Amino acid sequence: MPEKYHIKTQPVPPVSPRIGKYGMVDWREDCARCHNCVKKACVYDRYRQEADYIRNLSDVNALFFDCMGCFSCVQDCTKGLLCMSINPEYQKMGNSYWTPDIIKTTWLQAETAKIPVSGAGYRGPFSGKGFDSMWTDMSEIVRPTRDGIHGREYISSSVDIGRKLPYLAFNCNKTGANASPLVSLPMPMIIDMTSPAHTLPQLNPIIAQTAVNTDIIAIIDSRQWQGSDKQLRNIAFYIADGEDIPKDALKKTRLVEIPDGAKVIERIKEIKKIQPGIVIAIRVELTSAGVERAIKLAESKEVEVIHIVADANGNEIGASKPRFIKDMTRQIHTALIEKGCRDEITLMAGGGIALPEHMAKEIICGADLITINLPLLISLECHLCNSCKPGMVCPAKLEKIDINYGVGRMTNLIAAWHDQLIEVMGAMGMREVRRLRGDVGRAMFFENLEEETFGKLFGSRKNN
Amino acid sequence: MASFSVPEKTIKDILPENTLKTIVPQEEVTRAVKTAPSRYRNEIAKFIVHRNLNCKRCGKCAEVCQYGVHVLKPGYKYFAEPKNHLCIGPSCEKTGNFCVAKCPNGALQLKENPLFKALGDYRWPGDLILATWKMAETGDVPPAEYGYEYNCGNSGGGFDRLRFKFPDKPPVKIDADKIDTSISLNKRGDGRPEIKIDVPWYGGGMSFGSVSNVTQLSKARAAKAWNTFTCTGEGGYMERMRPYDDHVITQVATGLFGVREETIQRVPIVEFKYAQGAKPGLGGHLLGDKNTPAVAKMREAVVGISLFSPFPFHSVYSIEDHQKHLDWIKHINRRALISTKVSTPTDVDMVAVGSYSAGTHIVHIDGGYGGTGAAPDIAKKNIAMPIEYAIGRVHKFLADEGVRDKVTLIASGGIRSAHDVAKAIALGADGVVIGTVELVALGCVRCSRCESGRGCPRGIATTDPELAAKMNIEWGTQRIINLYNAWRKVLVGILQRFGMKSVTELRGRTDLLMHLDYTNDVGAKK
Repeated sequence: MPEKYHIKTQPVPPVSPRIGKYGMVDWREDCARCHNCVKKACVYDRYRQEADYIRNLSDVNALFFDCMGCFSCVQDCTKGLLCMSINPEYQKMGNSYWTPDIIKTTWLQAETAKIPVSGAGYRGPFSGKGFDSMWTDMSEIVRPTRDGIHGREYISSSVDIGRKLPYLAFNCNKTGANASPLVSLPMPMIIDMTSPAHTLPQLNPIIAQTAVNTDIIAIIDSRQWQGSDKQLRNIAFYIADGEDIPKDALKKTRLVEIPDGAKVIERIKEIKKIQPGIVIAIRVELTSAGVERAIKLAESKEVEVIHIVADANGNEIGASKPRFIKDMTRQIHTALIEKGCRDEITLMAGGGIALPEHMAKEIICGADLITINLPLLISLECHLCNSCKPGMVCPAKLEKIDINYGVGRMTNLIAAWHDQLIEVMGAMGMREVRRLRGDVGRAMFFENLEEETFGKLFGSRKNN
Repeated sequence: MASFSVPEKTIKDILPENTLKTIVPQEEVTRAVKTAPSRYRNEIAKFIVHRNLNCKRCGKCAEVCQYGVHVLKPGYKYFAEPKNHLCIGPSCEKTGNFCVAKCPNGALQLKENPLFKALGDYRWPGDLILATWKMAETGDVPPAEYGYEYNCGNSGGGFDRLRFKFPDKPPVKIDADKIDTSISLNKRGDGRPEIKIDVPWYGGGMSFGSVSNVTQLSKARAAKAWNTFTCTGEGGYMERMRPYDDHVITQVATGLFGVREETIQRVPIVEFKYAQGAKPGLGGHLLGDKNTPAVAKMREAVVGISLFSPFPFHSVYSIEDHQKHLDWIKHINRRALISTKVSTPTDVDMVAVGSYSAGTHIVHIDGGYGGTGAAPDIAKKNIAMPIEYAIGRVHKFLADEGVRDKVTLIASGGIRSAHDVAKAIALGADGVVIGTVELVALGCVRCSRCESGRGCPRGIATTDPELAAKMNIEWGTQRIINLYNAWRKVLVGILQRFGMKSVTELRGRTDLLMHLDYTNDVGAKK
């Protein structure tokens, strides 16, 4: 039995006061000091812990932010004085894509490494834009393992990155004599560089060590690399146009990324001359020309990996009516199938991957693996307030971050995502993530379901 | 046993003595509506009436208010805190009895309650929760002047965008008491009892462990009162439920927790749970915290250990294997009907037909937007299709295969209101299973804390004895009885407007529906 992929985790508590969704419990005047709220109503003992919190004034607000929103104290208060509302600080976090709920669940996973579980069913909208407009399928009978939750470790999440052979070639009875190099990762995820808006070079050592701990790869700008040689196996340098190739370090890495450009094929040859065994990814920004460019690049025999990157919200870059990453990925994936070269190329996709289900859905849409960066930044208690600029105050104090804390939180998050990928694949009856790629038969899309169900009954959708 | 109408001769032919009838005496529970007010001191209100120091205690507010918001108790000098939950809000201005305007001293102010904004979510907005509480309290829908939207939620799709196309006036005038809301659960004509339930819904499976015994018993007693059913879920069969055996469905799921031949023989319906909508393909999971000594004893498990019901049945690889399971139960209990509960994958229609061919009486499809217990967040909205899509698909496929009238199709997974019930039936279901709404009737605020620690802080989905004691069985029973009464009234109102004598006439009538996001220009179909 091959060694199972397992990420070692341990709880890493937050360093800043928690920001809860509910709370802001407000005592109006005329409290009877009956202590009903303290002794009876709050089953979580939040009021009883008040004294402990108040001793540490920096944490005083945490008392309120740990509120679970059960309304018991409000409804049991002898004089009806307590009031609760949604925490405005919570609502202020993130943006319309990276919602407060996404930030909160990311924090929880970074702290505990556990799959978020809750009761009372689904609470959200029926469907939405982007990844919220598709559902993964499940299998009522066919299962990848017959051992339920205890057999899920036998579901493979590993992927190979690089150019694959269209068929097996034999040379002197040896298989794969002309095979291109491949990089195997235990899960379909790569840590991408942070966007310029969130560039924090001090995070690079944390990201590098996280990649080592989880045995995945982090893409780091070669100009910012200051880590140790031991980490290089899990590092992919991003070598910008015109930058010198770090020859010695490159020989200790397995993957490298270069930007797309007019002379990208020459650049590939230049790197291959230095390190023939390295896999080279081309970063293609998903601007209006991005999809076509990715399809064009795939035709070249020199190209091994294409890394398509949408904006942080998963949208086409610079478009007034942007396409979403999942749709652009499907377009590229389908075009490559039609050209007969899909299996030869590795497609990495990044931008807008905010939750673990996005990872599964993006792979279903045609990516071999996904790249993320913002979720890891958020795991460090970032509020996504876009204050990552000199002179601005970072609420998560990222400038003073401890490396153990950072690595622990990022590792926990990746472990939780991996577990959730396995959950979804288990439900789908999939045994290998490689087989999930492009398998839209294991998904249902809002547009299709609406058309098949309501379109026949009610005509055309008004917003079509 | 009034609803069981199998000819005597047939019973004797097919039923062995030990499964002929329930062994213990069955308790009667009256269906009568009685007021069952909130068990909390302060009810959550949409609006707040604030009384300031200018109040001269003239009593004008109490005099004009028709809703009892202002109370000066006899012998008291000062007014009690306004009963905000009774206030209808700014719409009161139109009545001419608006206390704020009538107060001669300008001592009253009306504000939106910030608390209300913290209540509810897209699927269960605050209005729907408050209205459900009112129904559970009074047995009737809330008065129109309160303006609660209790027919649908705010999810932006599915049931929430479907509306009925009511005619300007009913084609036929039918008295409410002449309208039949009952449905049959056995359409196979296989000699087993032809069970009818008086309302087209029954209670979903919630195990002892996921909810308290008080909750389970309240559901069972309400089911008895309304001649419908409740389900044990997969957590064993409490002895205290035996006086309601005739209205209990017991569940056989993969963990086989508490499943014994003797419990299977007690009930008129046995449900095979293959999957559940909130976590399809993931099995069941009771977190260790809720596995108390009582729960562990019932499930024959070790206290404090998380209990998994692994997905799927390890003995079922095919419809033929499924049939083997059904035959096993049918042999053990010769009067039982079989229900097969599945979730909603792409091929749910094939699964339904296969299940029928295996011998099931009830095909129960459970969509992803319901669920009452613990489920991974990733499963809740991402796996399998919402029930609104699945109902029509299964209904049509069963009809195309020529077996639609041989099987009862039950839908669940996000049925929150009587209008949802009617819409599900119009889409093609015979009836529905409900779960969350019963918990809301018992005081659930949907804080989602059912799953861990001591469980539900409201004392509903908990096994902690102290928390479970927050509610008593009589009150819980009455709340659910009242809710059912209010729902039936709404359903009867819908049928009246369409001139239908029976809820069965509504099944599959998609021509009576419209969708707010569509052009609705497709010709009428039936």
